[in-house]
Amino acid sequence: MSTGFVFALAGAALFALGVAGVVLIGHLLRRILAFNLMGSGAFLVLVGLAQRQDVADPVPQAMVLTGIVVAVAATALALALVRKLHALTGQLELPDDVDE
Amino acid sequence: MKRLSLVALVLSLASAFVFLLAGAMLELGPAAIDLRAPVAAHLAESGVTHPVTAVLLNYRGYDTLLEIAVLLLALLAILAVVGEAPVSPSRAAHPVLQALARLAVPLMIVVAVYLLWAGAFRPGGAFQAGAVLAAAAVLLHLVGLQPGWSQLRLRLRIGLAAGFALFLAVAAGLLTQGSLLQYPPAAAGALILLIESGLTVSLALILAGLFLFLSREAGA
Amino acid sequence: MSDPLYDPLVWLILLPLAWATLAFVLGPGHGAWPAIAGLTAQWGLAFDLAQKVGSGGAANHVVGGWGAPLGIDLAVDGLSAAMLLLTQTVALPLAIYARSYFKSDDPAGTWFWPLTGFLIAGLNALFVSVDLFNLYVTLELVGLAAVGLVAAGGGAQQVAAALRYLFATLVGSGAYLLGVALIYGAYGTVSIATLLPLVTNDSPRLVWIAGGLMVAGLMLKTALFPFHFWLPPAHGGAPAPVSALLSALVVKASFYLILRLWLGPLQTVLPAFAWLLALLGAAAIFWGSWQAIRAVKLKRLIAYSTVAQLGYLFLIFPLLAAHGALQAGVMQIFAHGLAKAGMFAAAGVLIKATGQDTVAGLAGAVERLPVTMFAFGLAGMTLMGLPPSSGFLAKWLIIEAALAHGHWIIAVVVLAGGLLAAVYVLRVLRQAFLLTPASATLTPVPRMLEWSAFALAAASVLLGLRGVELMQLLGAMA
Repeated sequence: MSTGFVFALAGAALFALGVAGVVLIGHLLRRILAFNLMGSGAFLVLVGLAQRQDVADPVPQAMVLTGIVVAVAATALALALVRKLHALTGQLELPDDVDE
Repeated sequence: MKRLSLVALVLSLASAFVFLLAGAMLELGPAAIDLRAPVAAHLAESGVTHPVTAVLLNYRGYDTLLEIAVLLLALLAILAVVGEAPVSPSRAAHPVLQALARLAVPLMIVVAVYLLWAGAFRPGGAFQAGAVLAAAAVLLHLVGLQPGWSQLRLRLRIGLAAGFALFLAVAAGLLTQGSLLQYPPAAAGALILLIESGLTVSLALILAGLFLFLSREAGA
Repeated sequence: MSDPLYDPLVWLILLPLAWATLAFVLGPGHGAWPAIAGLTAQWGLAFDLAQKVGSGGAANHVVGGWGAPLGIDLAVDGLSAAMLLLTQTVALPLAIYARSYFKSDDPAGTWFWPLTGFLIAGLNALFVSVDLFNLYVTLELVGLAAVGLVAAGGGAQQVAAALRYLFATLVGSGAYLLGVALIYGAYGTVSIATLLPLVTNDSPRLVWIAGGLMVAGLMLKTALFPFHFWLPPAHGGAPAPVSALLSALVVKASFYLILRLWLGPLQTVLPAFAWLLALLGAAAIFWGSWQAIRAVKLKRLIAYSTVAQLGYLFLIFPLLAAHGALQAGVMQIFAHGLAKAGMFAAAGVLIKATGQDTVAGLAGAVERLPVTMFAFGLAGMTLMGLPPSSGFLAKWLIIEAALAHGHWIIAVVVLAGGLLAAVYVLRVLRQAFLLTPASATLTPVPRMLEWSAFALAAASVLLGLRGVELMQLLGAMA
C-alpha cells in the first residue's frame, strides 16, 4: 500500500473522529479542536488520495493551503465567540436553547 | 443511559463510515485526468517556477482572492463580536525572555522577507511570510513589549485592507487583458511578486490582529 | 457585446468586495451609502445578465484565460441568473431598511456594512461558480459572514446561537470538502463541466459516498429536518435585517448547490436519494409549522416558518424528471425569499415600536402600525399560498408536477402545509387585531422601515402576476 493511501485512510479516520467529537463533546474548546481534526482529516484525504501513486500533484497541495487558511479563519472566529460567551456567562458549554 | 447510547450510536456510525470509505478508496483505479502535465506545460508563462505557487497565484488565483476575503472577513466578524473593551496593560515578562524576543524578532523579519521572495521558486510565498511576521508580533506581545490592540485607527484599517484591495485592483485591472486575473506572460512574475508583497503585509496584520484584538484581561 | 471590461458576471463579484472593503476602511458604523450605491449598480447588472441569458443562452467567464480543468470557470445559466436576480432584489431594500434600523450607537450595526458586503459577494460568487473547490471557498465566505452578522453586538443568547450555527455550518462544509476530496481522488478534476461526462452509472463506489457526503453537508447548511436545530435560535435572535438576509438568501444558497449537483455532475448518483429528501422535506413542513404555531416569540415563529417553507423545496426532488418541477422550486425560492424578508422586516418594525418581542405583545398593532401589519399580512398571504401571490403559483406548480407523475401524496403534503401556514400566520394577525391595551407605549419608527418592509412583501405577491417571465428565464437552462 503506497504512502498516499496510508495518508488517505488516516485522513478518513481523523475526519470521522473529528465529526464525532463536534457532535458528542460539550466543552466548547474541545469541540473546536475536534473541528480542526475534522478539517485536517479532509486535507489529508485530498492530498493522499490524489497522490496514491506516490507522485506529487501540486493542485491538491495548493487547495489544501487555501483550506488551511479558511480553517484558521473559522477557528479564530469560533475562539472569539467562545471567549465572548465565557465572558458573558462564565460557562464553556452551550446553554440549552429555550424559547420563552 | 440515554447519553451512553447516543455516544455508542455515533461511534458505531463513525467506524462503519470509515470502513466503508476505506474499502471504496482501495478499489479505485487511476484517475481520468492528470493535471500535472498542463501545470508543468504552462509553468514557463506563469511567471513563477514553483508549481504550487503557480497554481495558487496564477491558475487558481481566484480561489486565493476569495480566501483572503475570508480571512479579512473573519477579523471583521471578531471585531463585531468583541466590540469596545478596555485593553489589558501588557504584563512585562522576565528580562531574559524580553532580551531573547528582541533578538529573535529582527531575525524573524529577515526570514519572512526571504520566504516572500523565495516563494517564486521554492515552497514559500505570502502566507508563510505573513504568518512568520504575525508570530513575531504575537511573541512581542507575550513578553510584554507590544500592547494588545484596542483601537482600530484609520492607519491600521488601511493596513489590514490594503493587501486585499491591491489584489482586487490588479485582478480587475487585468480584465483589460481579456479576463479576470489574466496575467500577461511577460509581466506575470512582477505582478505576482507585487500582489504577494501587499498580501504579506496585510496577512501579517490580520493574523496578528486575530490574536491581539482578543487579548484582553479575563472578563472582557 | 464582448467587451471584456464590462462583464456583468465578474462585476457582480468584484463590486460587493470593493464596497465591503471601502466600508471597512471608512470605519465602524459607516458604509451605508457605498453599500446602497453598490447594490443598486449590482441590481442593474443582475437584470442585464438575466436578460442576456434569457434571450441568448448561457454566459461564461474563463478566469485567467486558462480554462477548466486547469483554471477556474465561471458560468451563468437560467438558474444562476435567477438566483443572482433574487439576491440583489432582496438585498437592496434590506440595505435601505438596515440604514434606518441601526441607531448610530448600536453595537450590532457597527460592522454591519462590510459584513453584509462580503456576504453578498460570497453569494454572488457561489451562484456563478462551476468549480467544486471554488464553491467550497464561497460556502465558507457566506457561512462565516452569516455567523458574524448573527453574533455582532449580541448578548449571551445571540452568541450561543451564533456558536451553534458556526459548528453546524463548519461540519456541513467539512463534509462537503471531504466529498470534493474524494471526487478529486477519483477523477483528477474538480471542474463541473469536465466531470459531467465522466460520472456514469458505473462510477466507483467512492463517488456515491462523495455524493452522499456533499448532499448531507449541504442539507446541514440548509437546515433541512432533522438538521434544522441551529436555525430557529440563530434567525430568531439576530437583528431583523440580519434574520431577513439569512432566511431569504443564505439558506437558499446551499439548496441551490444541491440542485446544481443534482442536475449536473452527480445526476446519475444522487437521484437514488430523491424520496429520502422528499420525506425529510415533508417532516420539515409538519414539524416547522407545528413549532411555529406553538412559538412564544415573534421572530422565533417566523424562523420556524422558514424551516417549514424550506421543506417545500425538498419535495420537488422526486419530480425533477420533468421540467415543471425545477420551475416550481425556483418560484418557491423567490416567493419565500421575498415574503420572508418582508416578514422579518415587518417584525423588526413591530418589535422596535412596541418594545416587546412576543406574539402576545402585538395587541393593537393594526391600529397603531397599519402599513407594517399590512406588509406582514401580504407576506403571510404568500406563505399560505393564496392567489394571486407567487407562493400560490409555486405551490400550484408543485401540485401540478406531482399529479403529472402520479405522486398525489406530495400534493396532499403541499395542501396540508398551506393550511398549517394559515394557522400560524392568522395567529399573529388575530393578535394584532385585538384592541390596544391601555398600558401600551409606541416608539415612533422611521417611515422608511415600514415602507421597505411593505415593498418586499408586496413584491412577493405581485411576482405571482408576472411569473411567466421567470419561467422563461429558467427555460434557458441547458
